[in-house]
Amino acid sequence: MADLKVALVGNPNTGKSTLFNLLTGLNQKIGNFPGITVDKKTGFCKLPSGKIAEIIDLPGTYSLYPKSKDESIVFQVLADKNNSSHPDVIVLVADSTNLRRNLLLFSQVADLGIPMLLVLNMADMARKEGISIDIDKLSERLGVQVVNISARKAEGLDTLKQAIAQTTSLATQTSSIEAKSFAPEAVEAIKQKIGTNNDYYALQVLHQHEHLAFFTDKEQEEIEAIEIGNGFDTVKLQGDETVARYRHLGKILSDVVVDTGAKRKFTFTDQIDAVLTHKIWGFVIFFLILFFIFNAIFSWSSVPMDLIEGGFAWLTEKGHEHLPPGVLTDLLMDGVVAGLGGIVIFIPQIAILFALISILEDTGYMARVTFMMDKVMRKFGLSGKSVVPMIGGIACAVPSIMSARNIESWKDRIITIMVTPLVSCSARLPVYTLLISLVVPDEKVWGLFNLQGLTLMAMYFISIVAAVLVAAVFKFIIKAKERSYFIMELPVYRMPRWKNVLFTMYEKSKTFVLEAGKVIIAISIILWVMSTYGPAKRFEAIDAKYDRIEATSADTVQLASLERDRAAEKLENSYAGLLGQTIEPMIKPLGYDWKIGIALITSFAAREAFVGTMATIYSVEGADDDGGEMRLRDKIGAAKDPQTGLPIFTFATAFSLMLFYAFAMQCMSTVAVVYRETKSWKWPVIQLVYMTAMAYVAALMAYQLLK
Amino acid sequence: MKLSQLNPGQKGTIVSFTDAEMAVKLMEMGCLPGEEVEVERCAPLGDPIAIRVAGYQLCLRKTEAAVIIIQ
Repeated sequence: MADLKVALVGNPNTGKSTLFNLLTGLNQKIGNFPGITVDKKTGFCKLPSGKIAEIIDLPGTYSLYPKSKDESIVFQVLADKNNSSHPDVIVLVADSTNLRRNLLLFSQVADLGIPMLLVLNMADMARKEGISIDIDKLSERLGVQVVNISARKAEGLDTLKQAIAQTTSLATQTSSIEAKSFAPEAVEAIKQKIGTNNDYYALQVLHQHEHLAFFTDKEQEEIEAIEIGNGFDTVKLQGDETVARYRHLGKILSDVVVDTGAKRKFTFTDQIDAVLTHKIWGFVIFFLILFFIFNAIFSWSSVPMDLIEGGFAWLTEKGHEHLPPGVLTDLLMDGVVAGLGGIVIFIPQIAILFALISILEDTGYMARVTFMMDKVMRKFGLSGKSVVPMIGGIACAVPSIMSARNIESWKDRIITIMVTPLVSCSARLPVYTLLISLVVPDEKVWGLFNLQGLTLMAMYFISIVAAVLVAAVFKFIIKAKERSYFIMELPVYRMPRWKNVLFTMYEKSKTFVLEAGKVIIAISIILWVMSTYGPAKRFEAIDAKYDRIEATSADTVQLASLERDRAAEKLENSYAGLLGQTIEPMIKPLGYDWKIGIALITSFAAREAFVGTMATIYSVEGADDDGGEMRLRDKIGAAKDPQTGLPIFTFATAFSLMLFYAFAMQCMSTVAVVYRETKSWKWPVIQLVYMTAMAYVAALMAYQLLK
Repeated sequence: MKLSQLNPGQKGTIVSFTDAEMAVKLMEMGCLPGEEVEVERCAPLGDPIAIRVAGYQLCLRKTEAAVIIIQ
């Protein structure tokens, strides 16, 4: 258990997270703030005194008055003494190169009367830019300890730890503005009502009691009544308070900060910006970077993904060999291990995407992408920050949806999450290639383009158009709770912090495995049970039939083929198979028979299961074997409708299927990650329903028009 | 005149705001009355714009810049 709780508070881009990583190392965990859908990062740090401090990283904010849901956490935690995250000591992290703006938050937080200290980060950069800060004078005027650090270079950490240990349990900060003067009667009434003697706390309660869950409904009404009774104008008073604080800070900072080199500061960043946000080059470079990311996700991950796939196949095989045969082994190997494999396989792509994203963010380039793309994306109800998740969706929706967390506006973020899975991901690729090779001739058009390749490109194009159009629809349906702002700091360009890149890779992969993993394993077990078991009588009959035939056959090749037939017939009569036959009337108009129905059901958890299931149903060897895919293609191509004798896989059916897979959710990992990111079942359910409906209608139209 | 009417490279001094709610957010970000602002560049499609204020670079949409009155 921790001896004291320390909260890190500060503006965005101050290096707060870097400091958090430095203080806690890998000894951190991500949880939830009680009752609120915002991640809570905590970790432990040993102080020089031998005491253990629990460090809580609060969301970055410019002020105690929140602009987004994330930011509202800061005051909620600091206001509520009974909150499990309420700190004993606040460490306010400020950017030395822009001290006045950073101290606005300091002065608000200081007035809450919690013991605190001030950390001036980026001390080395400030020195380089010719800014000198007299920390002794500053410390004296603010009444708290002031520590110079450079989180990037890990300088000043020991001094900081020492300072945390030395912080007294009584707040020492000097008073700043007269909080009571803004609304004397209302503040007095609140102080009596809630029993506090802190004027500023009372004023804050008047401003944002709606955000404070610890007040009862009755208390909320009474506070509201005080507010109305005294004509409390929250917007005007916030403005007055901000002006008063800056005036106070002007006095505090006079002859504390000496800036000698203001002119040369931004030339480097300006020169880069002239190219990176240029009318033409800006977009060219952006698309090249996107192309690089897209390519890296595919090519760099292929080796580790093959290894993971091979590793799990090996594990399953060895498990079946060495464990006693039986239901439990089958469940463990084909249900749990297979499910685990389905999760772990995503880790390389997640790690690569997040490494690249965190590099782009760290250098400051991501802010420029947002800046460049905002106008286009806004037309469709998205924001400049939606670009990265949507492009990442071409590789995999799972890490992309996680990366949408950078979008502050709730509405923009939800719309981005809702449409990202429409972008054709890498798991659809095997489905597309199988179907295209089946019905699209391998010919060249105009002697230049391969027809199959063009079809594949068209599928990707359709998916991106669909995502943008659906976003435009959601723009009208979803009502924004908060006003959307695009007032954003453009940080100066810097080298990425490689340690942070590693942390991000590790953290995102871990979160995915732990959170999405639970759901995926559960679903894989259910699917395993459904496709392994069926009505006992039917299974006994199948076993009896094949046992009889096999007893008379000595040829090993023939035996293997019989075993595959037995598996196919069992799948046909399993619960999944029966379900496929039950839904046949529903999928008949799309041009599918019950065999495709089974594949639709088994691939409900993961699209890539489609090819494997087709292989099982048409009883061919695994598609991994040499020529396996060829044989599968031939078998499927030769499949005939038993009643009409016509081939099942016509041009119309194949296109109907491709469109179905383009639009249908068919991915439990995505459902799980949307649940985790939105923290409610509402959005994943809406998404599942609208995508399935869209897939059905598109497939129906394609089949009926083309047949 | 409004900040949104300046061309890149032009400077002005903030006088007041036409939207009180936006004013709070802008002031928190360092855009105070009396502070000098310079429009640094427009995004390639003309909106948003990047401005230099209080020693750092800030970007905002033109609709947001239109609430800032300058001289």
